[in-house]
Amino acid sequence: MKLTGAEIVCESLLKEGVEVVFGLPGGAVLPLYGALSRYPQLRHILVRHEQAAAMAADGYARSTGKVGVCVATSGPGATNLVTGIATAQMDSIPIVAITGQVPRPAIGRDAFQECDVTGITLPITKHNYLVMDVADLAATIKEAFHIARTGRPGPVLVDIPKDVLQGERAEFVWPEAVNLPWYNPPTDAAPDQVAKAAKLINQAERPVVLAGHGVLISHAYEELRQLAEKAQIPVITTLLGISSFPTDHYLNVGMPGMHGMAYASLAIDRADVVIALGMRFDDRVTGRLRDFAPNAKVVHVDIDPSELGKNVKPHAPVLGDVKCVLRQLLPLVHRKVRVEWLRSVDTLRSEHPSLNIRETEALLPQFVLRQLSQITEGKAIIVTGVGQHQMWAAQHYGFKDPNTLITSGGLGAMGFEVPAALGAQVGCPDRTVWSIAGDGGFQMTMCDLATAVENNIPVKFAIINNGTLGMVRQWQDIFYNKDYCATVYSANPDFVKLADAFGIPGIRVTDKSQVASAIQQAMATPGPVVVDFVVKQDENVYPMIPAGESVREMMEEPSPAELRHER
Amino acid sequence: MGSNGNQHTITALVQDKPGVLARVASLFRRRGFNIVSLAVGNSERAGLSRMTFVVNGDQGTVDQVTSQMGKLIDVVGISDLSDQETVARELALIKVESSASNRNEIVQLVHLFRASIVDVGSQSLVIEVTGEEDKINALANLLKPFGIKEMMRTGRVAMVRGQAEGRVSDGVGAGRRPEASIQGRVDYEGV
Ligand SMILES: Cc1ncc(C[n+]2csc(CCOP(=O)(O)OP(=O)(O)O)c2C)c(N)n1
Repeated sequence: MKLTGAEIVCESLLKEGVEVVFGLPGGAVLPLYGALSRYPQLRHILVRHEQAAAMAADGYARSTGKVGVCVATSGPGATNLVTGIATAQMDSIPIVAITGQVPRPAIGRDAFQECDVTGITLPITKHNYLVMDVADLAATIKEAFHIARTGRPGPVLVDIPKDVLQGERAEFVWPEAVNLPWYNPPTDAAPDQVAKAAKLINQAERPVVLAGHGVLISHAYEELRQLAEKAQIPVITTLLGISSFPTDHYLNVGMPGMHGMAYASLAIDRADVVIALGMRFDDRVTGRLRDFAPNAKVVHVDIDPSELGKNVKPHAPVLGDVKCVLRQLLPLVHRKVRVEWLRSVDTLRSEHPSLNIRETEALLPQFVLRQLSQITEGKAIIVTGVGQHQMWAAQHYGFKDPNTLITSGGLGAMGFEVPAALGAQVGCPDRTVWSIAGDGGFQMTMCDLATAVENNIPVKFAIINNGTLGMVRQWQDIFYNKDYCATVYSANPDFVKLADAFGIPGIRVTDKSQVASAIQQAMATPGPVVVDFVVKQDENVYPMIPAGESVREMMEEPSPAELRHER
Repeated sequence: MGSNGNQHTITALVQDKPGVLARVASLFRRRGFNIVSLAVGNSERAGLSRMTFVVNGDQGTVDQVTSQMGKLIDVVGISDLSDQETVARELALIKVESSASNRNEIVQLVHLFRASIVDVGSQSLVIEVTGEEDKINALANLLKPFGIKEMMRTGRVAMVRGQAEGRVSDGVGAGRRPEASIQGRVDYEGV
């Protein structure tokens, strides 16, 4: 039987095992919605803004490892997806975005709601398609999912003109395999590359592992733990690598970089071999490249050939999937006892504690995160926005389980915290999901609280409410003469009343003594809850390595001037 | 032969699909790579085109160009020809001012360069010349005093001599790195 394009899309999604799509309809994509209503197996979650659709698909993908799917109409619907797609591209997240396009005869004529979406998303997708023939639809969708999830994952956009979705029909033929003969993402690495890496690791006296997102994407936590324990190598995790190695493991040395723990950055500084696994030497990790790991030879394992040598030139480049490579590497790596090096790392840790929280009257944001970590026993899925609260979450939450921090690392997109948490919760209905929001980021996407209510998505929203665009204020504080231009809100909404307007219970916390009970109450309440933590306004994140500088310019803790008014 | 100072000749085999050129151009623009010339045309295989482009940059930049381009789904294979024996050619059409009085002089130059005259007008000639860039530059320089009204150059196309296929083969795209480029130079000099 011949199907319409819209039906073919639905059938294809089912073949791909899709259970949920996030979207918002409009004229050009309406035929697809006409078919969706006849496919109850495909749960559609209606968002309030398409950015939330893309970011929910992203959160879903990050929490489940499956491909997230979002749908939008042509023109403004599609452009609203853009920030979410760019987020997914920067953080290597598999999503498939399906957009409606104006009918084929109208393309190129500036038709109503026409927009060159494949053009716009060219540099922010792993690949994209404009499907001009209904007969190509099934194969294209199969290809899109394949490309999104394999190799270094990423977003793929499929733009479908309205008259390809409806009108013409085609036989639904689901291809057995994709036809991409020259798309062969690496798996195992070349043995000589592995041997060379092993040699460097075996010769090392002061090695560190720098574990990135690739460890999580390839599910290599077990292999990473084996490597670390066998050769007694301290493990440092990048922001997106957090939770790839248990936080409380004796070899875990925290996060490096701009707001990483001082001891982590210092350990890299002292190391003689850096073993970089599935990470890309982002500038927030390295600071000034010339001064990064100055004493170290670099082993760099990555699935993306263009990362090898892009920022840091490795002595031992290893092209392959992290899990496969670690399996190849493990038998070649010697068992070691490294009393001296581990002791000196411990000394760094005790001399540069980095995570101490001051005793203050005021409610410190760090304190909230620490309490949340204790009460949830480090077992919640934490979804953050971007800014100070994000860094405090990365520093103070003790992640127990793999893959439990969901954060916009590469793009740093504020507003991620609400929709990505919805997606993560939809993907993991049995887990506790906490959205850690800035009051700034929260206001970018809070309209989608309605989506949480409508679909009964029980995310707990913690607003770390400092009344400012905190991280930017911090830069003004330190680098711009305390000129707080456009960073302090003079009229924030009452977030408890706001929650009420959405039909969500809201709790306000203004004092340290209320923190634990509010967290417990939120978790005991079914459905979504908003907790407004009104914290000290002018708290800065430390340590801090200013952009473009090195560990030698690190500011480890608040200056005496900063603390004076507390006494 | 392929490299001239820090100029590199790169060839790619790409799928003949709408938008391929835009993808390549977008990548070059976004990564800030400097294209000197770009030539595209059908290849010996149906459905595939060959691109030859010349880029400026050090070896690290060129490695980035090839590995980033190799990731494009529509790129079948890519190779830096810089270290190989290649045949490289460019074609140029040059319209030069000419009257009866100086026509002979120009014709002699054209013969000297084994170029040919493909159009004769009352006040101009169109010259077709093929060769390496240097040769075309030299001819253009000699023609300049007569008055060049228009010049059009195709950009370099290049091919590895003999048996080798310039390492452009199936399976090189999207993930497979032309191995040699990174391995030879492991000394860490910062960046
Ligand atoms: C969409 C977007 N716009 C602007 C920025 C720049 N920016 C980075 S952090 C920040 C402040 C974030 O404020 P808030 O969400 O309240 O979090 P806080 O830093 O106070 O914890 C801003 C504006 C950004 N990252 N994303």
